[in-house]
Amino acid sequence: MIPDILTMLWKEWNEIFLQRGTLRGGVLSSLVIPILLLGVFLPWQGGPAWVTSAAVPVTWMWLPLFLVATMISDSFAGERERKTLEALLASRLSDRAILFGKIASAVTYGWGLTLASLALGLVTVNLLHGRGRLLMYPANTAALIVAMSLLGSALAASAGVLVSLRAATVRQAQQTLSIALLVVFFGLMFGVRALPAEWKVRLAEEFAGSNLVRTEVIAGAVLALLDAALVRAAMARFQRARLILD
Amino acid sequence: MPDPVIRTQGLTRDFKQVRAVDDLDIEVAPGTVFGFLGPNGSGKTTTIRMLLGLLEPTRGRAQVLGFDTRTQSGEIRQRSGALLEHPGLYERFSAEDNLGFFARIWRLPAAERRARIRELLEHFGLWERRKENTAKWSRGMKQKLAVARALLHHPTLIFLDEPTAGLDPVAATALRDELATLAAREGVTVFLTTHNLSEAERLCGRVAVIREGKLLAVGHPDELRATGAQKAEISGGGFTEEVLARLRARPEVAAAQLENGKLSIELRSHAQLAPLVSLLVTAGAQIEEVRKGKASLEEVFLTLMEEEVE
Repeated sequence: MIPDILTMLWKEWNEIFLQRGTLRGGVLSSLVIPILLLGVFLPWQGGPAWVTSAAVPVTWMWLPLFLVATMISDSFAGERERKTLEALLASRLSDRAILFGKIASAVTYGWGLTLASLALGLVTVNLLHGRGRLLMYPANTAALIVAMSLLGSALAASAGVLVSLRAATVRQAQQTLSIALLVVFFGLMFGVRALPAEWKVRLAEEFAGSNLVRTEVIAGAVLALLDAALVRAAMARFQRARLILD
Repeated sequence: MPDPVIRTQGLTRDFKQVRAVDDLDIEVAPGTVFGFLGPNGSGKTTTIRMLLGLLEPTRGRAQVLGFDTRTQSGEIRQRSGALLEHPGLYERFSAEDNLGFFARIWRLPAAERRARIRELLEHFGLWERRKENTAKWSRGMKQKLAVARALLHHPTLIFLDEPTAGLDPVAATALRDELATLAAREGVTVFLTTHNLSEAERLCGRVAVIREGKLLAVGHPDELRATGAQKAEISGGGFTEEVLARLRARPEVAAAQLENGKLSIELRSHAQLAPLVSLLVTAGAQIEEVRKGKASLEEVFLTLMEEEVE
């Protein structure tokens, strides 16, 4: 199945980079501009805090979610809209190869772009704000960013595929996914604010000192479980007959 | 007789209250072009989807290339190619990349992939335009590329769902010629749905006619023509009103009339002409020449459709 997933990956990446009509336009808008923005402009503006701030891991966790969400809506809804889905379903590719190929392409895009931006951001911060010292994420934070951005990409990809499988059009898929992301984002934000003061203190304790690693592991496990549940739901939803008749 | 490539038994598919395919029994022999004729909405596309294992039948069963469509659809798709309702091309890709993607799907090795893509694009006259994005291509060119895609991996069987629909007559004829050449050259079995009767007559060794999901007739186009209304033109004299009335009274005569001094008779299915000639002679007519003609497939098709409506 791996060669089939790679074939799908080849196709999906080509489609991402050709969506502006030319390869140059696609690479520029889907790769170069986001990397320059996240790896040069924002670190330049952020200064040393880009590396040292406690909010940095949270930023890098949210980022791939939005990056993936912009492209994953197209996965099945786009094929349906452009009338290419039936030809794909009539091919020898298995259900899992098609589904995992779509998810893998979105994850590699979101996670890859995040890691590239992260690395470039370090270079930028050190060049512009280093003043002779090495500004570097603590090992724990770096590991957290790498792991959480992967899990975040997978979360957006699996949720996005599930939405795209059901949506009649790309626009509908994008709207549903955007609303879902906003609900989660603002839900978490306002949810934390609404907590009683003593709960907030306890929560802050969980994210500090010796508790941090344990909290990170728990958060990672929850995300991984959520990813697995969404992939499973997408696998259950992926039925050729249903996709054709939809 | 070799095992059929396609065999359906009581194949039925319902969509809620609508029966799209109704108790279909057909067999398709290997190496033949099988035409599946019917008007729009008669169940042709649903049948193809069931044969490819994309849709499950509500009742009945189908075997394609020896595999059950319910349980072994992956094996069927592995060995067959399909051009379905839409060309299904990735219009952001060039023609070459479209074929390249599907060649990868069928795991053609790189050298074979390049050679096969070139061979097919050259055959369809698209090689010079292989680098072009297909978005701006004409429908005819897209259909050709989609047929090339269906043939890419040397399938044993290809399904073509209305391959010439929407093409202008010149493009349709060209594609038809290319299909005939390719089917013969590659020895592939073709399951072709169409509502173009001349296309079926020209390409198909065997045809089936369906309407509202029901199989109305199946056979070689000549056999079907023989079952349809036949015509006879008789030259001579003495074709009085009385003679014509006696002729029209016969059950095997659908119509009889004088046209430019010649007697034109339309016969019902399987009618014999000799007893009618004998009747004319007995009634006093002088017969100089009798010409018998078969109905065209189109006439047979229309008759079948009318019979069902009646």
